[in-house]
Amino acid sequence: MGGWAIAVHGGAGIDPNLPAERQEEAKQLLTRCLNLGIVALRSNVSAIDVVELVIRELETDPLFNSGRGSALTEKGTVEMEASIMDGTKRRCGAVSGITTVKNPISLARLVMDKSPHSYLAFSGAEDFARKQGVEIVDNDYFVTDDNVGMLKLAKEANSILFDYRIPPMGCAGAAATDSPIQMNGLPISIYAPETVGCVVVDGEGRCAAGTSTGGLMNKMMGRIGDSPLIGAGTYASELCGVSCTGEGEAIIRATLARDVSAVMEYKGLNLQEAVDYVIKHRLDEGFAGLIAVSNKGEVVCGFNSNGMFRGCATEDGFMEVAIWE
Amino acid sequence: MVGWAIALHGGAGDIPIDLPDERRIPRETALRHCLDLGVSALKSGEPPLDVAELVVRELENHPDFNAGKGSVLTTQGTVEMEASIMEGKTKRCGAVSGLTTVVNPISLARLVMEKTPHIYLAFDAAEAFARAHGVETVDSSHFITPENIARLKQAKEFNRVQLDYTAPTPPKELENCGDSQIGTVGCVAVDSAGNLASATSTGGYVNKMVGRIGDTPVIGAGTYANHLCAVSATGKGEEIIRGTVARDVAALMEYKGLSLTEAAAYVVDQSVPRGSCGLVAVSARGEVTMPFNTTGMFRACATEDGYSEMAIWPNN
Repeated sequence: MGGWAIAVHGGAGIDPNLPAERQEEAKQLLTRCLNLGIVALRSNVSAIDVVELVIRELETDPLFNSGRGSALTEKGTVEMEASIMDGTKRRCGAVSGITTVKNPISLARLVMDKSPHSYLAFSGAEDFARKQGVEIVDNDYFVTDDNVGMLKLAKEANSILFDYRIPPMGCAGAAATDSPIQMNGLPISIYAPETVGCVVVDGEGRCAAGTSTGGLMNKMMGRIGDSPLIGAGTYASELCGVSCTGEGEAIIRATLARDVSAVMEYKGLNLQEAVDYVIKHRLDEGFAGLIAVSNKGEVVCGFNSNGMFRGCATEDGFMEVAIWE
Repeated sequence: MVGWAIALHGGAGDIPIDLPDERRIPRETALRHCLDLGVSALKSGEPPLDVAELVVRELENHPDFNAGKGSVLTTQGTVEMEASIMEGKTKRCGAVSGLTTVVNPISLARLVMEKTPHIYLAFDAAEAFARAHGVETVDSSHFITPENIARLKQAKEFNRVQLDYTAPTPPKELENCGDSQIGTVGCVAVDSAGNLASATSTGGYVNKMVGRIGDTPVIGAGTYANHLCAVSATGKGEEIIRGTVARDVAALMEYKGLSLTEAAAYVVDQSVPRGSCGLVAVSARGEVTMPFNTTGMFRACATEDGYSEMAIWPNN
């Protein structure tokens, strides 16, 4: 063991009826991103740099819920958030309420490297972005037709559901083939799996992690989820790097990403045991998934949700891209 | 037989030993008053969640602590308040950031927890949510005190972010305002049935960038509660986030079997740099601990067996 390892994800909680061609598109994107990371790792790029460059690719591609292709707020706009953490000294950076910055993960990195703070949000974050000269676009850039359609469905679903645990009846777009699975209060057919993420351990054993998202479809403006919260959606230490996805509130309550490292540090579990432990014991009634790497070159994915878009690779040639169990 | 316990803080930092009476006495009086309020409430059987909220509301209303009225100012001379609250048994939680007109941020955090499917709302939207729920709001100027205007001016003159701790020997000119290191307010409480709650509220850092979020609204950093303990932290926000301070106290108890006191001492010694952090914590068994690695921490605690304490500097 030892050597580099990388994992990426495109969100957890996936419609079991997702058309085959969408599944194929997702796998191709995950593969492409893994390959980007692998090339960088082979050229000795550091873990934190690899995490950033891979997530930038995921944000730029409109397929997953981050950057372009983000889920829409209740007002039809995009509000993004992201966080990044460098395990070596546990440095971190996070942003929320981003509306015009093309790559939120890079802004999170700048907060970590170029500001005296760890977390900037809304207009303050946008001002910082302009001062740093990052690429700025109109909010429309992030909005895709797919998501405009999904928002409409989500609003219809919410107007019918009073108790979100009750499956929808006669909901437009929720065809007879829809299952009663729900994520975060939405029928899984219209839920946009939240978040993209990447975790890396480089050849020197340095771990890093990052997560980026548009958040919950039809969310209240100003709602912050788990993705920018260090310890919840993202965490990295000398031992491991973790990125989570799924029901944000469950991930926050569970301090999911931090707990993977904590059980390794405090209970002496290895990476696989730690991931299994937190997925099994820390989520209560919530649904989520995570990807993790260890400083020993191991990579593990774990989830209790209905699938998670993911891919992983290690230096010894192992590579896998998957969606279901 | 375990009983109730409560602990509260008004911030950890480089509080000089020669803090003048006129700055020290009002804070000591406030700490005692808040402790009494909390103790009465616990004695009347109020749930710890209500107790933690009411004590923090009282601290927010007091102009000498860095929360609510008396919040430190951003680099633009404005107030941006944040808070979070967590209930141990259910792990329900609520958080808010970027508030400018809400009189009691901790109560808004509680509303987010109880009235939305979310945990955390911020900035304009949090303000709109407050109005939609008829929460008390006032003109922003209500929160701004002359002391904080002076602190901001000073911080700008020294052209640095004024942290909750300073170098061991601050420049002479800063000594008068040494009590500016007043990070946050918080309260943790437990009743004899082991119900636990934690609440934390702050104005943040003097001269902070607009939009800067600290540890206070980040569950697991500034605030945490589960079935074992409730924790509220104060100090340098960026270090408390990195150190996942509040969660780590509970994690050490849960995963390493440490006692409350051992876990809290470990975190304050090992997970954060010297001079950056303090916390208050109570356990499901009615224990209380208030460690800090700064010069001082405004604090008070009491337990059902009659013990009570109010202090600023270390007890030895």
